[in-house]
Amino acid sequence: MNFPSRLIEEAVTEISRLPGIGKKTALRLSLHLLKQHESVASSLAQSIIDLRSKTSYCKICHNISDTEVCSTCSNPKRDRSIICVVEDIPDVLAIENTSQYQGLYHVLGGVISPIQGRGPEDIHISSLMERVNTPLDGETVKEIILALPATMEGDTTSFFIGRKLEAIGIKVSTIARGIPVGGELEFTDEVTLGRSILTRTNYST
Amino acid sequence: MHLKNISLRQFKNFSADRFEFSEEVNCFLGLNGAGKTNLLDAIHYLCLTKSAFQSVDQFQMLHGTNFFMVKGSFINEGKILELDCSMESGKKKQLVLNGKPYQKMSDHIGLFPVVLIAPDDTSLIRDGSEERRRFFDNMLSQLSSNYLNQLVRYQHFLKQRNALLKQFHDSGKKDLSLLEPYSRELIQLSDIIHRQRFEFIQNFAPGIQSHYSFIAGESEKTDITYTSDAGEKTFEKDFRNSLEKDLILKRTNKGIHKDDYIFTIGGHSLKKFGSQGQQKSYLISLKLSQFDAFKLEKKQKPILLLDDIFDKLDDIRIGQLMKLVAKRDFGQLFITDARPERSIKIFSDLQIPAKLFHIEEGKLTEVTSI
Ligand SMILES: [Zn+2]
Repeated sequence: MNFPSRLIEEAVTEISRLPGIGKKTALRLSLHLLKQHESVASSLAQSIIDLRSKTSYCKICHNISDTEVCSTCSNPKRDRSIICVVEDIPDVLAIENTSQYQGLYHVLGGVISPIQGRGPEDIHISSLMERVNTPLDGETVKEIILALPATMEGDTTSFFIGRKLEAIGIKVSTIARGIPVGGELEFTDEVTLGRSILTRTNYST
Repeated sequence: MHLKNISLRQFKNFSADRFEFSEEVNCFLGLNGAGKTNLLDAIHYLCLTKSAFQSVDQFQMLHGTNFFMVKGSFINEGKILELDCSMESGKKKQLVLNGKPYQKMSDHIGLFPVVLIAPDDTSLIRDGSEERRRFFDNMLSQLSSNYLNQLVRYQHFLKQRNALLKQFHDSGKKDLSLLEPYSRELIQLSDIIHRQRFEFIQNFAPGIQSHYSFIAGESEKTDITYTSDAGEKTFEKDFRNSLEKDLILKRTNKGIHKDDYIFTIGGHSLKKFGSQGQQKSYLISLKLSQFDAFKLEKKQKPILLLDDIFDKLDDIRIGQLMKLVAKRDFGQLFITDARPERSIKIFSDLQIPAKLFHIEEGKLTEVTSI
């Protein structure tokens, strides 16, 4: 693509670094910004700078937080005896949206994958072990729920963490995996169906 | 099921061409290097999303271009299935069925079964065990998506475990508990995959015999001996005992990625003791048995690709194969030949209707029929 101005070219290059945005879209966005009042562009720029420089993470669960300890970790109504381990921040939002969970979280920030050079020290595993060993406000952790993705890396990471926790005598559970609500058995893939039979649950009426 | 037509753009030495096929016999005729085998490969590509001859997709592109596309319409029980496969340099290959892109290429495997007979390609017999594992994995994957899933998982965990072994070696630090999730998966999956391979070979191997007798006119006993670490009762212990060696060699030494299939004739190794003629007859019999296995499981005849058989086989073997063609044992057939007059004579003499595609330097020049 040839640009009429070096300034536009620079903007297009920078914007197209964002995921899901190609050069064409980046050009459209750049031209749009040029047509707007100057304040639109400067407040966009400022919010991006603030996002990057001011956003901080909860020192306990590693979720995004404006304060040192996030609103979930500091909420006295949440059950501190139970921690749900997730891969990343959107997973916390997804579980919160179900309104089915009252415990705390722990965001790993990734899963172990030797091929990609990501080991246990590159994600927040040691701080999870610390949390388990040191009660928050005097309340001991009784259960860890592993809610990692149902991928191969999710599975091996769960196994690795699960072993470590079991070794110190903590109850470990994992979210159930199986047939989606409203799903037909015959259209469910074999791996999911097989797994949901192996990990079947008691039926209570 | 048959392939109705195919369009190529910048595929191998074809810049742009379209072919309308017969439901029965199709011949690609032209000098060596004209592009006959590339056409067979294009069909193979559509069916299995990969080349039969080339493991790097990039090499499928016409020299000097950065994009290729293969498009085809299959007819299955009266329904049209439009398949569109394309790739741009440095990007992921795209596969679209009836306008819907596949999320996983593996979902496509097995929908369009295909068998290729290339008699010159005895690497399956002569080369190392990897070729044979690839052949049987390819076949089992087309027969069972469950098998393919397990295999994909196995290969992934193997890569992870080997990467970890290498990191232990390079960094000098080793946390064996980190190895355990992968070892455990590999042990479990080895057991599952071994059982599937074992059962398959038990059913598959006896079928080769009758084809061999028919093609070779000989009655030596043919068989396949399947060997696997996972066949041992002590497999899990063997796997774990191999840790020391794994750490030194930086790779996993026990598991189904070491399996082999040994072809035997008269109780002896075909690779070591079989004549060239016996090896070719065995190879054809193996492929015909593959054809049978697909036909039985899929309830339809797979597409058959015959590469250069008239040049590479003697008259007796060609005659026997053509008997099968004349008996309509096969479904849709694609065959290459460098000498048009020879194919025309063979099919005319046998009164087999065939569509002939004359190809010159990556271009379709003429279509005739018998
Ligand atoms: Zn927190």
